Amino acid sequence: MTLAVLNVSWQTLADATSLGGIYALMAVGIGLVFGVLRLVNFAYGQLIMAGAFALALGAQWNWPVWAAILLCFATVLVLSTLMDRLVFRPLRTQSPAVMLVATFAVSFLLQSIALLWFGSLGKIATSLAPLNRVWVIAGVDIRKISIVSIVVAAVCLLLLQLLLERTSVGLHMRAAALDFRTARMLGVRANRVIGGAVLISGALAAVVAVMLTVQAPLVTPTFALSDTIIVLAGVVLGGLNRPVPATLGGFTIGFASGLLGGALPTAQSQYLPSFLFGAVILVLLVRPNGLFARGGSMERV
Amino acid sequence: MTELIVEGLHVRYGAVRAVRDVSFEVKSGEIVGLIGPNGAGKSSTLHAIMGAAPISGGDIRLNGESLAGRRSEDVARRGIALVPEGRRIFAELSVEENLRLGLAGRRSHGNPEAALQRAYALFPIVEEFRRRQAGALSGGQQQQLAIARALVAEPDVLLLDEPSLGLAPRIVDVVFEALTAIRDSGLAVLLVEQRAQRTVALADRCHVLANGELRLTLDRSDAADTDKLVAAYFT
Repeated sequence: MTLAVLNVSWQTLADATSLGGIYALMAVGIGLVFGVLRLVNFAYGQLIMAGAFALALGAQWNWPVWAAILLCFATVLVLSTLMDRLVFRPLRTQSPAVMLVATFAVSFLLQSIALLWFGSLGKIATSLAPLNRVWVIAGVDIRKISIVSIVVAAVCLLLLQLLLERTSVGLHMRAAALDFRTARMLGVRANRVIGGAVLISGALAAVVAVMLTVQAPLVTPTFALSDTIIVLAGVVLGGLNRPVPATLGGFTIGFASGLLGGALPTAQSQYLPSFLFGAVILVLLVRPNGLFARGGSMERV
Repeated sequence: MTELIVEGLHVRYGAVRAVRDVSFEVKSGEIVGLIGPNGAGKSSTLHAIMGAAPISGGDIRLNGESLAGRRSEDVARRGIALVPEGRRIFAELSVEENLRLGLAGRRSHGNPEAALQRAYALFPIVEEFRRRQAGALSGGQQQQLAIARALVAEPDVLLLDEPSLGLAPRIVDVVFEALTAIRDSGLAVLLVEQRAQRTVALADRCHVLANGELRLTLDRSDAADTDKLVAAYFT
């Protein structure tokens, strides 16, 4: 059964939506840290990679699924916190360029460590493989993981939205993203806000690691690298400094990527990134502030 | 009884010496004015108190405890609240969210709603518009919000950086009346202003800053003495 007009199957549509959801989570993770630190964390993909290796190790040691997922979260959260303490905080007062280069360095460092420990062939994370089986819904075949990813992404985004809108920590984070100096003079604790954003961002990376390893169980040192680059394009596409546009940007590029990947003949799918980045450049030429930026919100004097 | 003492304060940004050997003090229940032309070092003095400008000499003490080298959030959490120049309202947040941000500097663990209610009582306009986006308020309303936001932290010392800047005279009256009420409630108020005459008339003492140095101290009786005020600015 297909959507006749687009020649896109329901399965492709479900896959594209789930990829959109996963990319939206990554976009929020990157956007949260950017909000409070004005830092684009290029090492975000390596956090996901580390989480994926934790899952693969859990599978190799025959740990139960919950324990492997726990190990994944622990690994990513510890790594995020270390990144914050050892790199972000000491460099916080430096120029954005210095911080950007530093995250590049961290990114390559983590990749190299993974290469040394696990080799370039990588490991297989099989714990959640049953999620790749198919559900038949109203005569349409849909992989379970597609549904699970969409639901998990929606729940995570909803929880995050509640945290940002309804709690004082969330209010402090939003204020810090808008004007950190003034927020601090009001008593908002910089380290707590940054630490909180880094932790939430890390938790999202762990969730993404779980979802991605189900879809692509082979974990190599470059795991999630191309996804991160595509998501960064999506975040820029949406508008970097606001959570909602960043999320929409991430979702859009994930959805487009999934749709094109499914629609393009296999022989041409290697051109997919070129199409995506071409589209991003076009959009930015037309709307430099991002696809979902609010037009001209002027401050009153 | 609270006492903020600034003693021989020096602030420098690279080669620029913004504040040179400035000393004064503010106690509970008094308004002290800092007046002077642009670039005199008034804002730098406030920023130094708030831990947001580099102190290159001297000291700032709150009830005997030095504030030098402390982070902004720690100064705020010790009971000093700043109403910053240009109000620094978070335009994209609601009025109430702006007000609740002020709670970040609170020390007591009592009911924060009571603090919000007191701020609403002082500035009814803030309560009336609390659901609106703060950026949609007029300049005068934003100024009242900025003062209310500082007050919900229930500080001992209130610093204000040119609260009357760009306001209509009628609104300046509202703000200055509020300052009197705030002083009478027992806070120590340090008021940086460009409107010299009104400030001298309001404050218990007024220090005139020029070129980073303290030039002169005026009291209320000097408010009518225009010659003295003009001389303070131009000598």
